[in-house]
Amino acid sequence: MFRIIREAIHLQDLVDFVTDPEAGAIVTFIGTTRNNNEGRRVIALDYEAYPEMAEKELARLGEEAKKRWNIRRMAIVHRIGPVQITEPSVIIAVSAAHRADAFEACRFAIEEIKKSVPIWKKEVFEGGEVWIGTQSGQPLSKF
Amino acid sequence: MKVKVKFFAILRERAGTGEITKEIREGSTVRELWEILKRDYPKLAPVEMRLLYAVNQDYVNADCVLKELDEIVFVPPVSGG
Repeated sequence: MFRIIREAIHLQDLVDFVTDPEAGAIVTFIGTTRNNNEGRRVIALDYEAYPEMAEKELARLGEEAKKRWNIRRMAIVHRIGPVQITEPSVIIAVSAAHRADAFEACRFAIEEIKKSVPIWKKEVFEGGEVWIGTQSGQPLSKF
Repeated sequence: MKVKVKFFAILRERAGTGEITKEIREGSTVRELWEILKRDYPKLAPVEMRLLYAVNQDYVNADCVLKELDEIVFVPPVSGG
């Protein structure tokens, strides 16, 4: 399950999706909107995506995680549009036979999302707004 | 030949549009298209950020040669998560 959606993300949907009789661990990560950034008072984050490509890139990084770790299933759902303070913008769930693989694959997924998946956040703060991002990473796909 | 260009995030705001169709000569590269767009949309010109390039939803390099009806996206610094 690799999706970009406009509505609230429900953790249980992802947990249900990765539930697997061969799994001894499910690790989840929830990225939430923080009320401050670099000294600014954040009001909300407003996310935008190139949805078709973002879903493809999420699936691609899921495949890459499966090559690198012994995991059973992975689900990633990223929300776009305004996301209020405390609300989840992204949830990742990974199941694996053993916990170490699930933890590492989950960490890998969130780090890769931040590097190469075409999603952008605009920070709306008291007194202004700004697009965030430094393009530090290379995409996983080869070209 | 015609190609489709989609703009997102800061580039969408600077271009003032999310999507355009552009007539370019056969054999043009992604880099050449960006140069043309900077002339068409002067507000794109000062964009000093590092861009990535996507054609038909796959990342490519700037030397990628475009074909009729390709969908090109200039990807400003991503910040999902």
